[in-house]
Amino acid sequence: MKIGALREGFEGEARVAVTPASAGHLQKLGHDVLIESGAGARAGFSDEDYRRANVTVLPNAAELIAQADMIAKVRQPTVPELRQMRAGQTVISFFYPAQNAELLALAKEQGVTAIAMDMVPRISRAQKMDALSSMANIAGYRAVIEAANNFGRFFTGQVTAAGKVPPARVLVVGAGVAGLAAIGASVSLGAQVNAFDVRPEVAEQIESMGAEFVFLEFDEPAQDGAATGGYAAPSSPEFREKQLAKFRELAPQMDIVITTALIPGRDAPVLWTTDMVAAMKPGSVIVDLAAEKGGNCELTVPDERIVTENGVIIIGYTDFPSRMATQSSELYGNNIRHFVTDLTPGKDGVIQHNMDDDVIRGATVAHDHDITWPPPPPKVAAIAAQKPREKKKELTPEERRAAEAAAFKAETKSQVTMLAGGGLLLLAVGLVAPVSFMSHFIVFVLACFVGFRVIWNVAHSLHTPLMAITNAISSIIILGALIQIGSGSAWVTILAALAVLMAGVNIFGGFLVTRRMLAMFQKS
Amino acid sequence: MAYGFTTAAYVVASVLFILSLGGLSGQESAKRAIWYGIAGMALAVLATLFGPGAGNWFLSAVMIAIGGTAGWLIAKRVQMTEMPQLVAAMHSLVGLAAVFVGFNAQIELARVLRARAEGLAMDFQGFAGVLMYKTPAEITVLKIEVFLGVFIGAVTFTGSVVAFGKLSGRVDGKPKKLPGGHMLNAGALAASVLLGMLYLAGTGPGILWLILIAGFAFFIGYHLIMGIGGADMPVVVSMLNSYSGWAAAAIGFTLGNDLLIVTGALVGSSGAILSYIMCKAMNRHFVSVILGGFGGETGPAAAIEGEQIAIDDAGVASALNDADSVVIVPGYGMAVAQAQGAVSELTRKLRAAGKEVRFAIHPVAGRLPGHMNVLLAEAKVPYDIVLEMDEINEDFPSTDVVIVIGSNDIVNPAAQDDPNSPIAGMPVLEVWKAKQVFVSKRGQGTGFSGIENPLFYKENTRMFYGDAKDSINKLLPMID
Repeated sequence: MKIGALREGFEGEARVAVTPASAGHLQKLGHDVLIESGAGARAGFSDEDYRRANVTVLPNAAELIAQADMIAKVRQPTVPELRQMRAGQTVISFFYPAQNAELLALAKEQGVTAIAMDMVPRISRAQKMDALSSMANIAGYRAVIEAANNFGRFFTGQVTAAGKVPPARVLVVGAGVAGLAAIGASVSLGAQVNAFDVRPEVAEQIESMGAEFVFLEFDEPAQDGAATGGYAAPSSPEFREKQLAKFRELAPQMDIVITTALIPGRDAPVLWTTDMVAAMKPGSVIVDLAAEKGGNCELTVPDERIVTENGVIIIGYTDFPSRMATQSSELYGNNIRHFVTDLTPGKDGVIQHNMDDDVIRGATVAHDHDITWPPPPPKVAAIAAQKPREKKKELTPEERRAAEAAAFKAETKSQVTMLAGGGLLLLAVGLVAPVSFMSHFIVFVLACFVGFRVIWNVAHSLHTPLMAITNAISSIIILGALIQIGSGSAWVTILAALAVLMAGVNIFGGFLVTRRMLAMFQKS
Repeated sequence: MAYGFTTAAYVVASVLFILSLGGLSGQESAKRAIWYGIAGMALAVLATLFGPGAGNWFLSAVMIAIGGTAGWLIAKRVQMTEMPQLVAAMHSLVGLAAVFVGFNAQIELARVLRARAEGLAMDFQGFAGVLMYKTPAEITVLKIEVFLGVFIGAVTFTGSVVAFGKLSGRVDGKPKKLPGGHMLNAGALAASVLLGMLYLAGTGPGILWLILIAGFAFFIGYHLIMGIGGADMPVVVSMLNSYSGWAAAAIGFTLGNDLLIVTGALVGSSGAILSYIMCKAMNRHFVSVILGGFGGETGPAAAIEGEQIAIDDAGVASALNDADSVVIVPGYGMAVAQAQGAVSELTRKLRAAGKEVRFAIHPVAGRLPGHMNVLLAEAKVPYDIVLEMDEINEDFPSTDVVIVIGSNDIVNPAAQDDPNSPIAGMPVLEVWKAKQVFVSKRGQGTGFSGIENPLFYKENTRMFYGDAKDSINKLLPMID
């Protein structure tokens, strides 16, 4: 199969769908790779780089479409591009089928198979092809970099000879992939980060990234992310009110606000209202990653950087991944090649479009003169349902003291019980057994007691030497055989001699092997 | 020589043995402890040879010399990976010796009783001389002791032989039971007790009863251990260790020898504690381990979704080069592949590159308590970077890379997450909390216990398929 990557025609789009590195992986699957001249130029890959990776460079789009069996793109194909394609050809790119019904109809008409990278189901098996996540990760990082670029102060707090610098305070709204990436980048720069999300199960992820979860006291049953494929769902008006009240309280303290809240298939919810912007300090920065869908901030202008009257900068760029075109092309190229790997199960350069496969079925939006979108629900749930977690209660000092006292009492009780039981047992034995037995029995009980005490202190790492040495000393049975060997009976002498022999093996073998082992333990 | 001297020597020997075991609390003091043990043993043997009742010095010396040479050679040649089977084999010798000594006691007893019945004032030597002055009640107690010594010794003998076979791969490691299962064991036990009664009552030929008892006990030892799987061997070997001690103690009672009693009790309690620790580490009851098989299933195990993602050596090497902290979790698979040398070399290189490398050892990793520690020590891994489960479990979230080499159940998150899992509640190493986990494994499959491991399907887990030794060796040139 020939897989070709087109140059992106969209204004300002710098990414490319196949990089020299991902081309190498595609070739390993048995495919030939083609590229339109100049496709990688804005992402930092020259035609020469591609040629070195054995990629055929073709002068224009028409020729590439004519030669390739599968066409890889970043943005959805344009109408002219689709018109040039023929039946049986495959196009793989972001497609947004919900917003691009006419493209979908065209693909059906042309008989083109369209694979939408944005429709890859969110199951763990498909994570390596989840381009939305890989792009969101870059967007989250870049959002922090843009914010830092526009913020007139340090992110990290410092105490310098010239004076004290307070750390920047960052609020991240929406802790999806982009939000978590933004948290990570802000924390790395040294900022104090708070983060909010309507899904309480992400609190743990937020905290693991080093940010503080903004907790909302609310009685309504919490949203379960598992029901919506790991995405957020719209919240009730009461919840929203509560949420906005919390944001209003936070607004004056925050230096940087990064909003990433999106609900699939809807306009972005407005979470940062005009009055919150007005309450912020001059010089503060808002980065709205939801700008393409209308923005989480009321004042956001898509693709623009604006400054409000009170000096708050609002960034509404929609091309964050494209602003880091080399990195995003590499990750997107990897997403594409992982998808192609699934399409090429034999690694023999033959594409098998298996519509029974959850991932392939989910991402295919047009196939064989038919629109195959929306897909049936996948067979496996996106993420496991969140189990309710019971929090360990912090004990007050009194409770702790009470617990300790109770433990002490229980221990005393068990010890006294055992002593009393053991004592009674001994007495009972003493009533019937002869005196000579009792004197030995006392020795036995004491030895067990000493044994238990001593063995508990043995280091775990020395358990094997312990076994070997107990083995050696259990050959003390040799004493019995030695006492008997002098007997008058021939049988006794033979058996005793054999016992001495075996115990002799054990004594020498056991001690020697223990010594060998112990000598090996070395300190660094 | 005087009886008093022997007793004094025994007291010193007992103290030396206790010091010897106590010294194992630390790696450095252990090096001294072994000499206490040797000195104690030498003192005990010499005191017995010179003490009352011993004879036939020449035969004793020859036997000790032959046995000692054999033991010496075995100990010199044994590979550290073969330690479990060696320990099992040595237990079997103690068990058999106990059986022989028990038989002898009965033969002597019969001789003495016959002499007493005939009113002969024979001059008995050694042990028989002691028996001469026993009261009937003491003789009954003595018979109970002989019965116990022979029975425990015989179970230890065949059990250890089977354990040896299983550990060395000469016998299939899978649990096997004859038709009838534990009923056969119960039957054999009942028969032994019945014969024991006959023996105590003094009806019929005592030595015959004893031989039959030993026969049934041989069967119990064989059948019981055949029914236990290879992964439960740490418990079995500790249990047999304990039994060999109790057998020695029982024989000590028979012979009225306090040193035997003390030493037997020390060894017995040591093995019992080890068994307890092992069972605790598997969250299972001792009885359920010994009776074989896992406890009752509580329901279907949770289904696992996702896929096992493989990775090649270059991927592992680059992750290691980027990591600051690395934890290696070895298991029985490392011993099987003899990979400890390669692992040690990897550790050395990573440490030379300034990375923090540590080892996490689960109490039941391997086939013997502390098996992994010995293997790593042999490969010259410093013992202060080899940590126990409780010491390292909290550090996994801050660890960059975890390499799991040939372990499975001890890193299975199902033990914590899935109440229906057969190993639910077993303490495990929480490796999945690390940033990245590499699992070195021969191939896909559930390993010995047959329990699916969700770890292999986690997002941060990559499977590094292949023989552990080859895999690690391939990494070495790529670490800088």
